[in-house]
Amino acid sequence: MRYAYFPGCSAESTARDMNKSTYAIARALKLDLEEPRGWTCCGATAGHQTDRLLAVALPAANLSKVKDMNMDMVVNCAACYNRMKVANHEITTNADIRRDVRDALDRDYDGTVKVRHFLEVLLEDVGLPAISKSLKRTMKGIKVACYYGCLLVRPPEILKFDDAENPKSLDRLITAMGGLSLEWPCKVDCCGGSLSLSRTDVVLRLTESILDMAVRAGADCIAVSCPMCQINLDVRQQDINREMGRNYRMPVIYITQLLGLCLGLRPAELGFEKLMVSPADVLKKMEVYSHE
Amino acid sequence: MITIKKTSVDNGLKGQVEKLTGVDLSVCFQCKKCSSGCPVASLAGTRPSEIMRLLHLGAGKELLGRDLVWMCVSCETCSARCPMGIDVAGVIDVLRRLTHDSGAPKPAGNMPLFNRAFLKTVEVFGRPYDMGMIAAYKLGTGRLMDDTDKFPTMLRKGKIALLPARGIECETIRRIFKKAKENRGKRP
Repeated sequence: MRYAYFPGCSAESTARDMNKSTYAIARALKLDLEEPRGWTCCGATAGHQTDRLLAVALPAANLSKVKDMNMDMVVNCAACYNRMKVANHEITTNADIRRDVRDALDRDYDGTVKVRHFLEVLLEDVGLPAISKSLKRTMKGIKVACYYGCLLVRPPEILKFDDAENPKSLDRLITAMGGLSLEWPCKVDCCGGSLSLSRTDVVLRLTESILDMAVRAGADCIAVSCPMCQINLDVRQQDINREMGRNYRMPVIYITQLLGLCLGLRPAELGFEKLMVSPADVLKKMEVYSHE
Repeated sequence: MITIKKTSVDNGLKGQVEKLTGVDLSVCFQCKKCSSGCPVASLAGTRPSEIMRLLHLGAGKELLGRDLVWMCVSCETCSARCPMGIDVAGVIDVLRRLTHDSGAPKPAGNMPLFNRAFLKTVEVFGRPYDMGMIAAYKLGTGRLMDDTDKFPTMLRKGKIALLPARGIECETIRRIFKKAKENRGKRP
């Protein structure tokens, strides 16, 4: 199966581990990912907070590239996924916007490229039975708090991803991998990622309440899919510990990294060394050793 | 009770917001679900339901200086849960866009500067350039030492790119930014 894969800009900085593990499991599951040539930034939060044309035309510049590739666009970054789908929605429902975007891109894009999240490809195209058959290792005995954040599920009427209040996609994967996915109330809470540098005071409060709940639920780790959530929950733990007198050591691991381990890949092939909070305890429970 | 001074009534702002979002603000019946689900409502001086009410009552440009406008994390919980289908987060986004050149005071943390620094690197390189963006933002806010304790580890782990993306054709990107500048004020 071939897809136009949009890595998103964080794949080149904070989320190299997400990108590396995505490619690694795609190879293992025989998914062919092809990047649109010269892809550019979707504008992210800064785009839509600043200007409506930037909010729609920056994603559309990439969508129109994928239109020429004649494939579905697959995105693993929740922020990019969100912006691409919202841009498609705006272009197909608002003729003025479509015209403004056409003037800016110097071509008409009709908003019809199908945008899918990598989790949807795993669950719908590969499917849990095939994934279960490919497992070389399981997550038996490991308790996982699956965290979805905002951008993957909202706005629900446009994204149509899973259930916006109680999504199960990550939980289903964790269960298929033999892990124990926990019931906990923070699945779709916001970690404040967009304010990470500007209002760190606010962000520490939001991330602390999520980490606190994961600890109370008894989690060994938090599984994420969004690179904004990952870096925010991972890197801010030392600030919370210092400034709020806590002692968090909660690994925040991409679902693609966990699935990669279960598919028999080595931690180094999945970028495990890039995580800020050590995942050593989880790896030990899975009987994976870094020299493997 | 939410009130505003008669002298500050400015139905222009309400009209502008309604036109730019396509939202009919009069359907809000103040159930406050948006405020209940808002992750920053307890930290901000103004809650989302209050913004809706103040707009409805005809609050003017001073609304653009309320802290929630830039404390909002764009999580869209308010929009997703509004029983009347009002895109509350979309309303906040429009308020943010209207703060450009409005003379509104700089919000705490100066998120507009962060956004400008981010977008400038996108305009120049086609993709954001961490080091350039962080440097511009830190110089602008004077918060030079924030987070420097993590930089060495993040650099070593390759979590901050030292160099910008190269070799990306940016003609389209530049045209988008140019059009956006031309349209500003007309179609924010």
